[in-house]
Amino acid sequence: MSELWQGILRALELLVTFDPEVMAVTFRSLGISVTACIISALVCLPLGSLIHFTSFRGKHLLVSIIQTFYSLPTVLVGLLVFILFSRAGPFGDLGLMFTPTLMVIGQALLVIPLMLGLIISALASLDKTVADTAFSLGASRFQAGILALKEARYAVVTAVIMGFGRAISEVGLAMMVGGNIRGFTRILTTAISLETSKGDIELSLALGFILLIISLVINVVLGRLQQVRSSAAH
Amino acid sequence: MKNVKTILLSLLLSAAVIAGVAGCGSSDGSSIIQAQDRLRIATTTSLYDTGLWNALEDRFEQEQGIRLDILYAGTGIALEYGRRGDVDAVAVHAKATEEQFIADGYGIERVPFAYNYFVIVGPESDPAGIKGLSPEDAFKKLYETQTAFISRGDESGTHTKEKAIWKAAGFDYEAVTDSGAWYVEAGKGMGPTLQMAAEMEAYTLSDIGTFLAYKAETGLVTIVDSGSILLNVYSFIAINPDKVEGADAEKAQILVDFLVSDEIQQFIEDYGKADYGTSLFTPCAGNEPTS
Repeated sequence: MSELWQGILRALELLVTFDPEVMAVTFRSLGISVTACIISALVCLPLGSLIHFTSFRGKHLLVSIIQTFYSLPTVLVGLLVFILFSRAGPFGDLGLMFTPTLMVIGQALLVIPLMLGLIISALASLDKTVADTAFSLGASRFQAGILALKEARYAVVTAVIMGFGRAISEVGLAMMVGGNIRGFTRILTTAISLETSKGDIELSLALGFILLIISLVINVVLGRLQQVRSSAAH
Repeated sequence: MKNVKTILLSLLLSAAVIAGVAGCGSSDGSSIIQAQDRLRIATTTSLYDTGLWNALEDRFEQEQGIRLDILYAGTGIALEYGRRGDVDAVAVHAKATEEQFIADGYGIERVPFAYNYFVIVGPESDPAGIKGLSPEDAFKKLYETQTAFISRGDESGTHTKEKAIWKAAGFDYEAVTDSGAWYVEAGKGMGPTLQMAAEMEAYTLSDIGTFLAYKAETGLVTIVDSGSILLNVYSFIAINPDKVEGADAEKAQILVDFLVSDEIQQFIEDYGKADYGTSLFTPCAGNEPTS
Protein backbone atom coordinates (compact mmCIF):
# COMPACT_ATOMS: atom_id res chain seq x y z
CA MET A 1 0.00 0.00 0.00
CA SER A 2 2.84 2.39 0.75
CA GLU A 3 3.90 2.01 -2.89
CA LEU A 4 0.54 3.39 -4.05
CA TRP A 5 0.80 6.29 -1.64
CA GLN A 6 4.37 7.03 -2.78
CA GLY A 7 3.11 6.98 -6.36
CA ILE A 8 0.41 9.55 -5.62
CA LEU A 9 2.88 11.79 -3.82
CA ARG A 10 5.36 11.49 -6.68
CA ALA A 11 2.62 12.33 -9.21
CA LEU A 12 1.72 15.47 -7.27
CA GLU A 13 5.38 16.41 -6.97
CA LEU A 14 5.98 15.97 -10.71
CA LEU A 15 2.89 18.03 -11.51
CA VAL A 16 3.55 20.84 -9.04
CA THR A 17 7.21 21.21 -10.03
CA PHE A 18 6.37 21.06 -13.76
CA ASP A 19 9.01 18.39 -14.33
CA PRO A 20 9.99 19.18 -17.94
CA GLU A 21 10.26 15.60 -19.19
CA VAL A 22 6.99 14.53 -17.58
CA MET A 23 5.25 17.66 -18.87
CA ALA A 24 6.51 16.99 -22.40
CA VAL A 25 5.33 13.37 -22.26
CA THR A 26 1.96 14.41 -20.82
CA PHE A 27 1.31 17.10 -23.42
CA ARG A 28 2.41 14.76 -26.17
CA SER A 29 -0.06 12.12 -24.97
CA LEU A 30 -2.79 14.70 -24.77
CA GLY A 31 -1.97 16.27 -28.13
CA ILE A 32 -1.88 12.97 -29.99
CA SER A 33 -5.06 11.58 -28.46
CA VAL A 34 -7.04 14.82 -28.70
CA THR A 35 -6.06 15.22 -32.35
CA ALA A 36 -6.98 11.60 -33.08
CA CYS A 37 -10.27 12.12 -31.27
CA ILE A 38 -11.12 15.30 -33.22
CA ILE A 39 -10.36 13.59 -36.53
CA SER A 40 -12.50 10.63 -35.50
CA ALA A 41 -15.39 12.91 -34.49
CA LEU A 42 -15.18 14.77 -37.80
CA VAL A 43 -15.49 11.42 -39.59
CA CYS A 44 -18.00 9.76 -37.29
CA LEU A 45 -20.56 12.52 -36.77
CA PRO A 46 -21.52 12.87 -40.45
CA LEU A 47 -20.91 9.21 -41.29
CA GLY A 48 -22.93 8.03 -38.30
CA SER A 49 -25.95 10.16 -39.22
CA LEU A 50 -25.61 9.15 -42.87
CA ILE A 51 -25.72 5.46 -41.93
CA HIS A 52 -28.56 6.05 -39.49
CA PHE A 53 -30.77 7.98 -41.94
CA THR A 54 -30.14 5.77 -44.96
CA SER A 55 -31.87 2.45 -45.41
CA PHE A 56 -29.93 -0.08 -47.39
CA ARG A 57 -29.45 -3.80 -47.55
CA GLY A 58 -26.94 -5.15 -45.10
CA LYS A 59 -27.27 -2.21 -42.71
CA HIS A 60 -27.62 -4.51 -39.71
CA LEU A 61 -24.63 -6.48 -40.84
CA LEU A 62 -22.60 -3.27 -41.22
CA VAL A 63 -23.55 -2.16 -37.72
CA SER A 64 -22.62 -5.59 -36.37
CA ILE A 65 -19.25 -5.38 -38.09
CA ILE A 66 -18.65 -1.91 -36.68
CA GLN A 67 -19.53 -3.19 -33.22
CA THR A 68 -17.19 -6.15 -33.64
CA PHE A 69 -14.38 -3.67 -34.16
CA TYR A 70 -14.99 -2.31 -30.63
CA SER A 71 -12.89 -5.19 -29.45
CA LEU A 72 -10.17 -4.75 -32.04
CA PRO A 73 -6.88 -5.35 -30.18
CA THR A 74 -4.66 -2.28 -30.22
CA VAL A 75 -1.62 -4.32 -31.15
CA LEU A 76 -3.44 -5.67 -34.20
CA VAL A 77 -4.22 -2.14 -35.41
CA GLY A 78 -0.60 -1.33 -34.61
CA LEU A 79 0.62 -4.24 -36.72
CA LEU A 80 -1.64 -3.21 -39.61
CA VAL A 81 -0.45 0.39 -39.50
CA PHE A 82 3.15 -0.86 -39.22
CA ILE A 83 2.80 -3.00 -42.34
CA LEU A 84 1.19 -0.15 -44.28
CA PHE A 85 3.56 2.64 -43.24
CA SER A 86 6.88 0.86 -42.78
CA ARG A 87 9.33 1.94 -45.48
CA ALA A 88 8.88 -1.37 -47.23
CA GLY A 89 5.09 -0.95 -47.12
CA PRO A 90 2.71 0.74 -49.57
CA PHE A 91 2.80 4.13 -47.76
CA GLY A 92 6.46 3.84 -46.80
CA ASP A 93 7.50 6.78 -48.98
CA LEU A 94 5.67 9.15 -46.65
CA GLY A 95 8.36 8.51 -44.05
CA LEU A 96 5.85 8.50 -41.23
CA MET A 97 7.05 5.40 -39.40
CA PHE A 98 7.86 6.07 -35.73
CA THR A 99 6.45 9.61 -35.74
CA PRO A 100 3.68 11.22 -33.66
CA THR A 101 1.74 11.75 -36.88
CA LEU A 102 1.47 8.04 -37.45
CA MET A 103 0.37 7.56 -33.86
CA VAL A 104 -2.49 9.99 -34.52
CA ILE A 105 -3.47 8.03 -37.63
CA GLY A 106 -3.32 4.74 -35.76
CA GLN A 107 -5.34 6.01 -32.81
CA ALA A 108 -7.96 7.48 -35.15
CA LEU A 109 -8.29 4.07 -36.82
CA LEU A 110 -8.70 2.53 -33.40
CA VAL A 111 -11.27 5.05 -32.19
CA ILE A 112 -13.42 5.44 -35.32
CA PRO A 113 -15.31 2.11 -35.08
CA LEU A 114 -16.11 2.69 -31.41
CA MET A 115 -17.24 6.28 -31.87
CA LEU A 116 -19.15 5.47 -35.04
CA GLY A 117 -21.00 2.56 -33.46
CA LEU A 118 -21.91 4.56 -30.36
CA ILE A 119 -23.13 7.51 -32.44
CA ILE A 120 -25.30 5.20 -34.53
CA SER A 121 -26.84 3.70 -31.40
CA ALA A 122 -27.25 7.17 -29.91
CA LEU A 123 -29.27 8.19 -32.96
CA ALA A 124 -31.17 4.90 -33.03
CA SER A 125 -32.33 5.43 -29.47
CA LEU A 126 -33.98 8.74 -30.43
CA ASP A 127 -37.71 8.91 -30.82
CA LYS A 128 -38.40 8.39 -34.52
CA THR A 129 -40.76 11.37 -34.53
CA VAL A 130 -37.82 13.78 -34.19
CA ALA A 131 -36.54 13.16 -37.69
CA ASP A 132 -40.06 12.72 -39.11
CA THR A 133 -41.13 16.06 -37.72
CA ALA A 134 -38.03 17.70 -39.10
CA PHE A 135 -38.61 16.21 -42.54
CA SER A 136 -42.29 17.18 -42.50
CA LEU A 137 -41.29 20.73 -41.68
CA GLY A 138 -39.16 20.69 -44.81
CA ALA A 139 -35.73 20.07 -43.30
CA SER A 140 -33.01 18.73 -45.56
CA ARG A 141 -31.27 15.51 -44.63
CA PHE A 142 -28.30 17.51 -43.41
CA GLN A 143 -30.50 19.69 -41.21
CA ALA A 144 -32.35 16.67 -39.86
CA GLY A 145 -28.99 15.04 -39.09
CA ILE A 146 -27.79 18.07 -37.16
CA LEU A 147 -31.07 18.18 -35.26
CA ALA A 148 -30.92 14.51 -34.40
CA LEU A 149 -27.31 14.77 -33.20
CA LYS A 150 -28.33 17.71 -31.01
CA GLU A 151 -31.27 15.78 -29.59
CA ALA A 152 -29.02 12.82 -28.87
CA ARG A 153 -26.21 15.07 -27.57
CA TYR A 154 -25.85 13.28 -24.25
CA ALA A 155 -25.11 9.93 -25.85
CA VAL A 156 -23.08 11.57 -28.63
CA VAL A 157 -20.79 13.32 -26.16
CA THR A 158 -20.48 10.01 -24.33
CA ALA A 159 -19.35 8.44 -27.61
CA VAL A 160 -16.64 11.09 -27.92
CA ILE A 161 -15.56 10.57 -24.30
CA MET A 162 -15.34 6.82 -24.86
CA GLY A 163 -13.31 7.38 -28.00
CA PHE A 164 -10.90 9.66 -26.20
CA GLY A 165 -10.62 7.12 -23.40
CA ARG A 166 -9.68 4.37 -25.81
CA ALA A 167 -7.09 6.61 -27.50
CA ILE A 168 -5.32 7.96 -24.43
CA SER A 169 -5.23 4.66 -22.58
CA GLU A 170 -3.90 2.38 -25.30
CA VAL A 171 -0.28 1.29 -25.29
CA GLY A 172 0.16 -1.50 -27.87
CA LEU A 173 -0.30 0.64 -30.93
CA ALA A 174 1.72 3.58 -29.61
CA MET A 175 4.58 1.22 -28.81
CA MET A 176 4.49 -0.45 -32.19
CA VAL A 177 4.09 2.49 -34.57
CA GLY A 178 5.59 5.21 -32.35
CA GLY A 179 8.51 3.18 -31.07
CA ASN A 180 8.59 4.89 -27.65
CA ILE A 181 11.43 7.20 -28.72
CA ARG A 182 12.52 9.45 -25.87
CA GLY A 183 11.60 13.08 -26.53
CA PHE A 184 9.73 12.29 -29.74
CA THR A 185 7.11 9.54 -29.55
CA ARG A 186 7.17 8.61 -25.88
CA ILE A 187 3.74 9.09 -24.35
CA LEU A 188 2.33 8.39 -20.89
CA THR A 189 1.33 4.78 -21.49
CA THR A 190 4.55 3.73 -23.23
CA ALA A 191 6.55 5.56 -20.55
CA ILE A 192 4.66 3.62 -17.87
CA SER A 193 5.43 0.38 -19.65
CA LEU A 194 9.13 1.23 -19.95
CA GLU A 195 9.52 2.54 -16.41
CA THR A 196 7.85 -0.58 -15.04
CA SER A 197 10.22 -2.77 -17.04
CA LYS A 198 13.09 -0.71 -15.61
CA GLY A 199 11.70 -1.34 -12.16
CA ASP A 200 10.77 2.25 -11.32
CA ILE A 201 7.33 1.36 -9.95
CA GLU A 202 6.91 4.69 -8.19
CA LEU A 203 7.42 6.76 -11.33
CA SER A 204 5.16 4.39 -13.29
CA LEU A 205 2.39 4.87 -10.76
CA ALA A 206 2.90 8.63 -10.80
CA LEU A 207 2.58 8.69 -14.59
CA GLY A 208 -0.54 6.54 -14.29
CA PHE A 209 -2.12 9.00 -11.89
CA ILE A 210 -1.27 11.89 -14.20
CA LEU A 211 -3.07 10.03 -17.00
CA LEU A 212 -6.11 9.64 -14.79
CA ILE A 213 -6.03 13.31 -13.86
CA ILE A 214 -6.01 14.27 -17.55
CA SER A 215 -8.97 12.00 -18.20
CA LEU A 216 -10.79 13.57 -15.27
CA VAL A 217 -10.22 17.08 -16.63
CA ILE A 218 -11.37 16.09 -20.12
CA ASN A 219 -14.44 14.38 -18.73
CA VAL A 220 -15.36 17.36 -16.58
CA VAL A 221 -15.02 19.69 -19.57
CA LEU A 222 -17.10 17.45 -21.84
CA GLY A 223 -19.62 16.85 -19.04
CA ARG A 224 -20.03 20.61 -18.77
CA LEU A 225 -20.70 20.65 -22.48
CA GLN A 226 -23.48 18.10 -22.05
CA GLN A 227 -25.10 20.20 -19.33
CA VAL A 228 -24.76 23.56 -21.04
CA ARG A 229 -26.11 22.16 -24.25
CA SER A 230 -29.16 20.70 -22.56
CA SER A 231 -29.92 23.90 -20.63
CA ALA A 232 -29.49 25.93 -23.81
CA ALA A 233 -31.89 23.67 -25.65
CA HIS A 234 -34.67 23.96 -23.11
CA MET B 1 -28.22 27.85 -29.48
CA LYS B 2 -25.56 30.43 -30.14
CA ASN B 3 -23.56 29.74 -27.02
CA VAL B 4 -23.57 26.04 -27.81
CA LYS B 5 -21.68 26.78 -30.99
CA THR B 6 -19.35 29.13 -29.15
CA ILE B 7 -18.52 26.50 -26.59
CA LEU B 8 -18.04 23.84 -29.21
CA LEU B 9 -15.79 26.11 -31.23
CA SER B 10 -13.72 27.17 -28.25
CA LEU B 11 -13.31 23.55 -27.25
CA LEU B 12 -12.08 22.65 -30.70
CA LEU B 13 -9.73 25.63 -30.73
CA SER B 14 -8.27 24.86 -27.33
CA ALA B 15 -7.76 21.26 -28.38
CA ALA B 16 -5.95 22.46 -31.49
CA VAL B 17 -3.76 24.74 -29.35
CA ILE B 18 -2.94 21.84 -27.03
CA ALA B 19 -2.07 19.70 -30.00
CA GLY B 20 0.11 22.49 -31.37
CA VAL B 21 1.94 22.98 -28.09
CA ALA B 22 2.47 19.27 -27.76
CA GLY B 23 3.83 19.15 -31.28
CA CYS B 24 6.40 21.85 -30.61
CA GLY B 25 7.37 20.42 -27.26
CA SER B 26 7.88 16.99 -28.68
CA SER B 27 10.54 17.80 -31.20
CA ASP B 28 12.28 21.01 -30.11
CA GLY B 29 10.57 23.00 -32.81
CA SER B 30 11.44 20.71 -35.68
CA SER B 31 8.72 19.20 -37.82
CA ILE B 32 6.61 16.51 -36.24
CA ILE B 33 5.23 15.53 -39.61
CA GLN B 34 8.26 13.69 -40.84
CA ALA B 35 11.36 12.18 -39.44
CA GLN B 36 14.02 14.00 -41.40
CA ASP B 37 17.21 15.34 -39.83
CA ARG B 38 17.06 12.55 -37.34
CA LEU B 39 19.26 9.53 -37.13
CA ARG B 40 17.23 6.52 -36.19
CA ILE B 41 18.73 3.41 -34.70
CA ALA B 42 17.30 0.27 -33.16
CA THR B 43 19.23 -1.05 -30.21
CA THR B 44 19.19 -4.35 -28.43
CA THR B 45 17.32 -4.18 -25.15
CA SER B 46 20.35 -5.09 -23.05
CA LEU B 47 22.24 -1.99 -24.17
CA TYR B 48 19.20 0.14 -23.42
CA ASP B 49 18.33 -1.37 -20.05
CA THR B 50 21.79 -0.57 -18.70
CA GLY B 51 21.15 3.09 -19.49
CA LEU B 52 24.20 3.26 -21.77
CA TRP B 53 22.27 4.51 -24.79
CA ASN B 54 20.55 7.24 -22.84
CA ALA B 55 23.93 8.55 -21.76
CA LEU B 56 25.41 8.23 -25.27
CA GLU B 57 22.34 9.88 -26.82
CA ASP B 58 22.77 13.06 -24.80
CA ARG B 59 26.46 13.31 -25.64
CA PHE B 60 25.97 12.56 -29.32
CA GLU B 61 23.19 15.09 -29.74
CA GLN B 62 25.20 17.80 -28.01
CA GLU B 63 28.46 17.12 -29.81
CA GLN B 64 27.16 16.38 -33.30
CA GLY B 65 23.94 18.38 -33.41
CA ILE B 66 22.05 15.42 -34.87
CA ARG B 67 18.84 14.22 -33.25
CA LEU B 68 19.18 10.59 -32.34
CA ASP B 69 16.04 8.44 -32.15
CA ILE B 70 16.54 5.20 -30.29
CA LEU B 71 14.18 2.29 -30.60
CA TYR B 72 14.18 -0.38 -27.91
CA ALA B 73 14.16 -3.65 -29.81
CA GLY B 74 15.65 -7.10 -29.50
CA THR B 75 18.15 -8.14 -32.17
CA GLY B 76 15.49 -10.00 -34.18
CA ILE B 77 13.10 -7.09 -34.62
CA ALA B 78 15.96 -4.57 -34.80
CA LEU B 79 17.33 -6.32 -37.89
CA GLU B 80 13.80 -6.53 -39.32
CA TYR B 81 13.42 -2.75 -38.91
CA GLY B 82 16.73 -2.48 -40.76
CA ARG B 83 15.59 -4.70 -43.64
CA ARG B 84 12.38 -2.70 -43.99
CA GLY B 85 14.22 0.62 -43.97
CA ASP B 86 12.62 1.92 -40.79
CA VAL B 87 15.96 2.60 -39.12
CA ASP B 88 19.34 3.86 -40.36
CA ALA B 89 21.46 1.57 -38.21
CA VAL B 90 21.25 -1.17 -35.62
CA ALA B 91 23.21 -1.97 -32.47
CA VAL B 92 22.95 -5.71 -31.92
CA HIS B 93 24.73 -8.76 -30.53
CA ALA B 94 24.27 -11.97 -32.50
CA LYS B 95 27.32 -12.52 -34.67
CA ALA B 96 26.07 -15.25 -36.99
CA THR B 97 22.77 -13.45 -37.63
CA GLU B 98 24.62 -10.19 -38.24
CA GLU B 99 26.97 -11.80 -40.74
CA GLN B 100 23.98 -13.19 -42.62
CA PHE B 101 22.38 -9.73 -42.54
CA ILE B 102 25.48 -8.23 -44.16
CA ALA B 103 25.87 -11.10 -46.63
CA ASP B 104 22.28 -10.42 -47.74
CA GLY B 105 23.33 -6.87 -48.53
CA TYR B 106 21.26 -5.07 -45.89
CA GLY B 107 24.14 -3.95 -43.72
CA ILE B 108 27.30 -2.14 -44.80
CA GLU B 109 29.80 -3.36 -42.24
CA ARG B 110 29.84 -4.93 -38.82
CA VAL B 111 31.66 -2.71 -36.32
CA PRO B 112 32.13 -4.37 -32.90
CA PHE B 113 32.36 -1.56 -30.35
CA ALA B 114 32.10 -3.26 -26.96
CA TYR B 115 31.80 -6.65 -25.37
CA ASN B 116 31.10 -8.37 -22.11
CA TYR B 117 29.89 -11.77 -21.05
CA PHE B 118 26.68 -13.62 -20.63
CA VAL B 119 25.98 -15.17 -17.27
CA ILE B 120 23.54 -17.80 -16.10
CA VAL B 121 21.78 -16.24 -13.14
CA GLY B 122 19.33 -17.66 -10.66
CA PRO B 123 18.19 -17.73 -7.04
CA GLU B 124 20.95 -17.69 -4.46
CA SER B 125 19.93 -21.17 -3.20
CA ASP B 126 20.85 -22.64 -6.63
CA PRO B 127 18.06 -25.27 -6.54
CA ALA B 128 19.44 -27.25 -9.50
CA GLY B 129 22.98 -27.25 -8.11
CA ILE B 130 24.66 -26.01 -11.27
CA LYS B 131 27.28 -23.79 -9.68
CA GLY B 132 30.76 -24.48 -10.96
CA LEU B 133 29.59 -26.31 -14.08
CA SER B 134 30.35 -25.23 -17.62
CA PRO B 135 27.46 -23.40 -19.35
CA GLU B 136 26.74 -26.48 -21.48
CA ASP B 137 26.68 -28.85 -18.50
CA ALA B 138 24.60 -26.38 -16.52
CA PHE B 139 21.95 -26.34 -19.25
CA LYS B 140 22.03 -30.12 -19.43
CA LYS B 141 21.40 -30.35 -15.71
CA LEU B 142 18.56 -27.81 -15.88
CA TYR B 143 16.95 -29.95 -18.55
CA GLU B 144 17.40 -33.17 -16.59
CA THR B 145 16.11 -31.72 -13.32
CA GLN B 146 13.37 -29.73 -15.09
CA THR B 147 14.23 -26.68 -13.00
CA ALA B 148 12.41 -23.49 -13.99
CA PHE B 149 14.26 -21.54 -16.66
CA ILE B 150 13.07 -18.31 -18.27
CA SER B 151 14.01 -17.87 -21.90
CA ARG B 152 13.77 -14.51 -23.63
CA GLY B 153 12.01 -16.37 -26.43
CA ASP B 154 12.10 -13.32 -28.71
CA GLU B 155 14.85 -13.98 -31.28
CA SER B 156 17.01 -11.42 -29.52
CA GLY B 157 20.78 -11.72 -29.33
CA THR B 158 20.49 -13.24 -25.87
CA HIS B 159 17.95 -15.74 -27.13
CA THR B 160 20.21 -16.61 -30.05
CA LYS B 161 23.05 -17.20 -27.61
CA GLU B 162 20.82 -19.38 -25.46
CA LYS B 163 19.96 -21.53 -28.48
CA ALA B 164 23.67 -21.79 -29.29
CA ILE B 165 24.35 -23.08 -25.79
CA TRP B 166 21.57 -25.67 -26.05
CA LYS B 167 23.05 -26.80 -29.33
CA ALA B 168 26.55 -26.98 -27.88
CA ALA B 169 25.11 -29.03 -25.00
CA GLY B 170 23.81 -31.52 -27.54
CA PHE B 171 20.12 -30.65 -27.50
CA ASP B 172 17.65 -30.00 -30.26
CA TYR B 173 16.17 -26.62 -29.36
CA GLU B 174 12.66 -27.56 -30.47
CA ALA B 175 12.75 -30.52 -28.11
CA VAL B 176 13.78 -28.26 -25.24
CA THR B 177 10.91 -25.81 -25.79
CA ASP B 178 8.44 -28.69 -25.90
CA SER B 179 9.76 -30.53 -22.88
CA GLY B 180 7.52 -29.11 -20.20
CA ALA B 181 6.34 -26.22 -18.08
CA TRP B 182 9.80 -25.71 -16.56
CA TYR B 183 10.91 -23.97 -19.77
CA VAL B 184 9.22 -20.56 -19.89
CA GLU B 185 9.36 -18.31 -22.92
CA ALA B 186 8.94 -14.75 -21.69
CA GLY B 187 8.86 -12.80 -24.96
CA LYS B 188 10.18 -9.72 -23.14
CA GLY B 189 13.25 -7.53 -22.99
CA MET B 190 16.21 -8.43 -20.77
CA GLY B 191 15.22 -6.32 -17.78
CA PRO B 192 11.62 -7.61 -17.60
CA THR B 193 12.88 -11.18 -18.08
CA LEU B 194 15.17 -10.82 -15.07
CA GLN B 195 12.29 -9.49 -13.01
CA MET B 196 10.24 -12.46 -14.10
CA ALA B 197 13.01 -14.90 -13.16
CA ALA B 198 13.15 -13.33 -9.70
CA GLU B 199 9.39 -13.60 -9.25
CA MET B 200 9.39 -17.24 -10.31
CA GLU B 201 12.66 -18.19 -8.59
CA ALA B 202 13.95 -19.39 -11.91
CA TYR B 203 17.23 -19.35 -13.81
CA THR B 204 17.82 -17.26 -16.89
CA LEU B 205 20.59 -16.29 -19.26
CA SER B 206 21.50 -12.60 -19.17
CA ASP B 207 24.20 -10.30 -20.38
CA ILE B 208 26.31 -9.19 -17.42
CA GLY B 209 25.50 -5.48 -17.96
CA THR B 210 21.74 -5.75 -17.63
CA PHE B 211 22.12 -8.27 -14.83
CA LEU B 212 24.27 -5.89 -12.76
CA ALA B 213 21.81 -3.08 -13.40
CA TYR B 214 18.98 -5.30 -12.06
CA LYS B 215 20.90 -7.27 -9.46
CA ALA B 216 19.95 -5.26 -6.38
CA GLU B 217 16.30 -5.11 -7.33
CA THR B 218 15.86 -8.78 -8.28
CA GLY B 219 18.09 -10.43 -5.70
CA LEU B 220 19.32 -12.90 -8.33
CA VAL B 221 22.95 -14.00 -8.26
CA THR B 222 25.48 -15.18 -10.82
CA ILE B 223 25.55 -18.98 -10.94
CA VAL B 224 27.66 -19.74 -14.02
CA ASP B 225 29.99 -17.13 -15.46
CA SER B 226 32.87 -18.86 -17.18
CA GLY B 227 33.09 -20.57 -20.54
CA SER B 228 34.18 -19.21 -23.91
CA ILE B 229 30.68 -19.64 -25.32
CA LEU B 230 29.50 -16.83 -23.01
CA LEU B 231 31.36 -14.07 -24.88
CA ASN B 232 28.92 -11.30 -25.84
CA VAL B 233 29.97 -8.85 -28.56
CA TYR B 234 27.97 -5.74 -29.37
CA SER B 235 28.33 -4.39 -32.84
CA PHE B 236 26.97 -1.52 -34.81
CA ILE B 237 25.77 -1.94 -38.38
CA ALA B 238 24.78 0.90 -40.70
CA ILE B 239 22.04 -0.01 -43.14
CA ASN B 240 23.13 -0.14 -46.78
CA PRO B 241 21.28 2.54 -48.79
CA ASP B 242 22.05 0.65 -52.04
CA LYS B 243 19.81 -2.15 -50.84
CA VAL B 244 17.40 -0.34 -48.56
CA GLU B 245 16.03 2.87 -49.96
CA GLY B 246 16.14 5.91 -47.71
CA ALA B 247 18.70 4.66 -45.20
CA ASP B 248 20.94 7.49 -44.06
CA ALA B 249 24.38 5.89 -44.16
CA GLU B 250 26.12 9.25 -43.89
CA LYS B 251 24.69 10.09 -40.48
CA ALA B 252 25.10 6.49 -39.38
CA GLN B 253 28.83 6.75 -40.19
CA ILE B 254 29.06 9.80 -37.94
CA LEU B 255 27.67 7.68 -35.13
CA VAL B 256 30.12 4.85 -35.92
CA ASP B 257 33.04 7.28 -35.75
CA PHE B 258 31.62 8.63 -32.52
CA LEU B 259 31.30 5.16 -30.98
CA VAL B 260 34.85 4.04 -31.79
CA SER B 261 36.47 7.38 -30.88
CA ASP B 262 38.95 7.19 -27.99
CA GLU B 263 36.84 9.45 -25.85
CA ILE B 264 33.64 7.42 -26.18
CA GLN B 265 35.48 4.11 -25.86
CA GLN B 266 36.84 5.40 -22.55
CA PHE B 267 33.33 6.51 -21.60
CA ILE B 268 32.02 3.00 -22.32
CA GLU B 269 34.84 1.48 -20.29
CA ASP B 270 33.98 3.69 -17.30
CA TYR B 271 30.25 3.33 -17.67
CA GLY B 272 28.62 1.85 -14.60
CA LYS B 273 31.82 1.73 -12.50
CA ALA B 274 30.49 4.26 -10.04
CA ASP B 275 27.18 2.43 -9.61
CA TYR B 276 28.19 -1.22 -9.76
CA GLY B 277 31.84 -1.19 -8.78
CA THR B 278 32.81 -2.79 -12.08
CA SER B 279 32.51 -1.72 -15.68
CA LEU B 280 29.58 -3.17 -17.59
CA PHE B 281 31.31 -3.25 -20.97
CA THR B 282 34.80 -3.62 -22.32
CA PRO B 283 35.37 -1.37 -25.32
CA CYS B 284 36.90 -2.94 -28.43
CA ALA B 285 37.07 -0.07 -30.95
CA GLY B 286 36.03 -1.86 -34.09
CA ASN B 287 37.99 -5.05 -33.52
CA GLU B 288 36.60 -8.50 -32.90
CA PRO B 289 37.47 -9.56 -29.32
CA THR B 290 38.94 -13.04 -29.14
CA SER B 291 38.47 -14.01 -25.52
